[in-house]
Amino acid sequence: MNKTFNNKAWWMVLPVFLVVAFNALIPLMTVVNYSVQETFGNNEFFWSGTTWFQQLLENDQIMDSLGRQIIFTALALFIQIPLGLAIALCMPRKGPWVSVCLVLMALPLLVPWNVVGSMWNIMALPDIGLLGRGINALGIPYNYTRDPVAAWFTVVLMDVWHWTSLVVLLCYAGLVSIPDAYYQAAKIDGARPWAVFRYIQLPKLKHVLTIAILLRFMDSFMIYTEVIVLTGGGPGSATKFLSIDLVQKALGGFDLGPAAAFSIVYFLIILLASWLFYTLMMRNEAN
Amino acid sequence: MSKRFLVPIVYIIFLMLPIYWLVNMSFKTTNEIINRFSLYPHEFTLDSYRTIFTDPSWYGAYINSITYVALNTVLSVALALPAAYAFSRYRFLGDKHLFFWLLSNRMAPPAVFVLPFIQLYSSVGLFDTPLAVAFAHMLFNIPLAVWILEGFMSGVPKELDETAYVDGYSFPKFFVKIFIPTISAGIGVAAFFCFMFSWVEMLLAKNLTSVAAKPIVAAMTKTSSASGYELGLLAAAGVLTLIPGAIVVYFVRNYIAKGFALGRV
Amino acid sequence: MAKITINNLRHSYMPEPKRDEDFALKRVHLDWADGGAYALLGPSGCGKTTLLNLISGLLHPSEGKILFDGRDVSNETPERRNIAQVFQFPVIYDTMTVYDNLAFPLRNRKVDEAEIKKRVTAIAAMLELTATLSKRASGLTADGKQKISLGRGLVRSDVNVIMFDEPLTVIDPHLKWQLRSKLKELQHRIKRTMIYVTHDQTEALTFADQVVVMNNGEIVQTGTPIELFEKPKHIFVGHFIGSPGMNVMPCVIKGGKAFVNGHEVAADNAASSNGSSRLELGIRPEFVTFAEKGLPVNVVKVSDIGRYRVVDTRLGENSVKLIVPEGAAIPEGKAHLAFDKAHTQIYSDGWLAGEAR
Repeated sequence: MNKTFNNKAWWMVLPVFLVVAFNALIPLMTVVNYSVQETFGNNEFFWSGTTWFQQLLENDQIMDSLGRQIIFTALALFIQIPLGLAIALCMPRKGPWVSVCLVLMALPLLVPWNVVGSMWNIMALPDIGLLGRGINALGIPYNYTRDPVAAWFTVVLMDVWHWTSLVVLLCYAGLVSIPDAYYQAAKIDGARPWAVFRYIQLPKLKHVLTIAILLRFMDSFMIYTEVIVLTGGGPGSATKFLSIDLVQKALGGFDLGPAAAFSIVYFLIILLASWLFYTLMMRNEAN
Repeated sequence: MSKRFLVPIVYIIFLMLPIYWLVNMSFKTTNEIINRFSLYPHEFTLDSYRTIFTDPSWYGAYINSITYVALNTVLSVALALPAAYAFSRYRFLGDKHLFFWLLSNRMAPPAVFVLPFIQLYSSVGLFDTPLAVAFAHMLFNIPLAVWILEGFMSGVPKELDETAYVDGYSFPKFFVKIFIPTISAGIGVAAFFCFMFSWVEMLLAKNLTSVAAKPIVAAMTKTSSASGYELGLLAAAGVLTLIPGAIVVYFVRNYIAKGFALGRV
Repeated sequence: MAKITINNLRHSYMPEPKRDEDFALKRVHLDWADGGAYALLGPSGCGKTTLLNLISGLLHPSEGKILFDGRDVSNETPERRNIAQVFQFPVIYDTMTVYDNLAFPLRNRKVDEAEIKKRVTAIAAMLELTATLSKRASGLTADGKQKISLGRGLVRSDVNVIMFDEPLTVIDPHLKWQLRSKLKELQHRIKRTMIYVTHDQTEALTFADQVVVMNNGEIVQTGTPIELFEKPKHIFVGHFIGSPGMNVMPCVIKGGKAFVNGHEVAADNAASSNGSSRLELGIRPEFVTFAEKGLPVNVVKVSDIGRYRVVDTRLGENSVKLIVPEGAAIPEGKAHLAFDKAHTQIYSDGWLAGEAR
């Protein structure tokens, strides 16, 4: 669309700008401030340079959290994106069942995150939970509060339950927007289902898949509430991810400096990864 | 029916199982929860729900949650509307940078903002009010609402605006009487997303409140120790949090597919 | 390549059609020779696209049969029927190059690469796509993309029929004419059966040897462009083809002679019409002239169309239009008209009187 140049449009953007700036800039400035200073209470601060950032890199505990976080996010993406795509491909395109399917699938996305945690907590209890009791009945010892493997399995399964629908809905939206003529032409050209997927559906889904991967990356990288309710980061620190670590440091320990440095690095990792991924996808487009 | 429909059917069953288990628990007596594993409530009871509806610390928490979610949704969409219009219709100094800066806030982990938000909202006297939570959630919801609305607005031809001006409409009159009804679907979708995020988020909601404005998500943590005694109550509280979501999703059911693609497909 | 026979074909989109109106396609018979150029012409919703999709196999008929060279293909898939189709909006495989797009149908059929190369190169030359062969297909303009869609049909040597579903809809006006002549030229060169669906009379009349005019799910007339113009079998054809369309006015027949508004008019088939049904007289504006005496009319409007003028006159209540060449005098107010008898026809209930339907 041809847009006219008009600086008066700023007046329309101003309220949004002010609210977001108030919410984003002041806290970020606070964080940056803390990250380069040392405090001993009494609101007295001393310049400490990059000490906190150096400590961060040497802190094994945080590095372990980062490692777990990366594994968790990778698992979430590798399971949810293909699974969501597969489900979307199998869904009916029209008919009365479409709405029913979509509404039921959207439901997990609207459950408060702590309720997601509670729900899976109850579900996975070894004695009275459907899942826990079921797995134990199969002869596999399962107790997510004691066994790290079981805890990881439960956390990943919970995340699949919680978020795969987002991928399904995005892919489904992309699929229904492909005109019938493409499928008809493919039929006439003698394309097998695999070729239809590879040369028609996948290219047309590129945009929504980019959005899906970005959203899933960001949200899984920030996961906090569901895990804290389900496992509390345990057993031990087996499921302690970055946000859990950060909140413990910021609210529990009152180590403001290190927590602030942590926050900045954390935010930058997400921004950088998202930017890199987005740029790569878009450059691919240009070629 | 073709065999491939089995895939979504199995998936939906998988989605429904934990929800069923939650509902199942919420109708059981404490005695039944602790002493036996049962697929449906053998001693059906509404006790848990009765507790929630009679104890002000429970139902008050629901009211608090709904208050800040509603405030947040209304304010986010209302502020985002003119901004999205500006982005979709005009070029102006720094427009692209501003847009990306707004979106980058969606990438901020709430955990990063917890402590600074507590300090910020305490210093302006909003701590422990629904308004604080509503404002805090706006950091994430305004960029999203602007993004969604901009997508929908760009799909409306500019000729609509021009025709209205030729017909003698002033800008505010055009915006309210013609433009807003035209993109009502987009507004519905944006409001849905604002509602969704604000309703499900807990970290900020819990930490920006203490007593007076305690939201349901925080009220539930007192039972989340999973000690068995409180499981029925926890389940009932959980079931009640599903209802607003189910109602909202039912209203936007025809726009879900398009909405999740943010109007851009 | 094949001779196409369509036998008693009916189609409805409803599960249990009962009344005639439930059918999108009411009852169609057609015989198309091998290697001909055919057009299906009619307004939107007349059933022409339904008929096309039935022939290509994207739809299966409710009743009746479709035969390719005498073989019943009514329930076969598009692939088995060996047809090609160009759609209204260009369908290309975005991620592939132009070469790969053209090779796609052959690769799906496991043709060997050397043969593919030979055929793709030949077809690309024919369609003037050689220069773009190694480019991404998504970067081409709409007409280039439409050529690729066509090319994917042409590369297959065994295609029974190539079908076009309003293929010029998204093409810029100045390129439409080019692409149309290209199509016509290709048809002459390769002698494949081609079926062209359109609502644009110019496209249909310039492309096809035989035009099938459809309305309300029925075939109204099949014929060469000249036949459609000179002897419309139904007043719908008279209206739909020609610009301006045929003049139609109510008439009565007395003693084998036609009268309009009380004036006698000589008509080609006046003697063969019976007096019982709704009768109308039709004549194209091209065959009406001003005369010294004849039908008395009032001239109400003259429109200049460039090479000729269209004059609108009133004969009583009825409008009669005529075409007057540039430079000829046009009387003002009262005037007289003469109708060319050989091209004046009587229509009974809309259909040409005295002809078998």
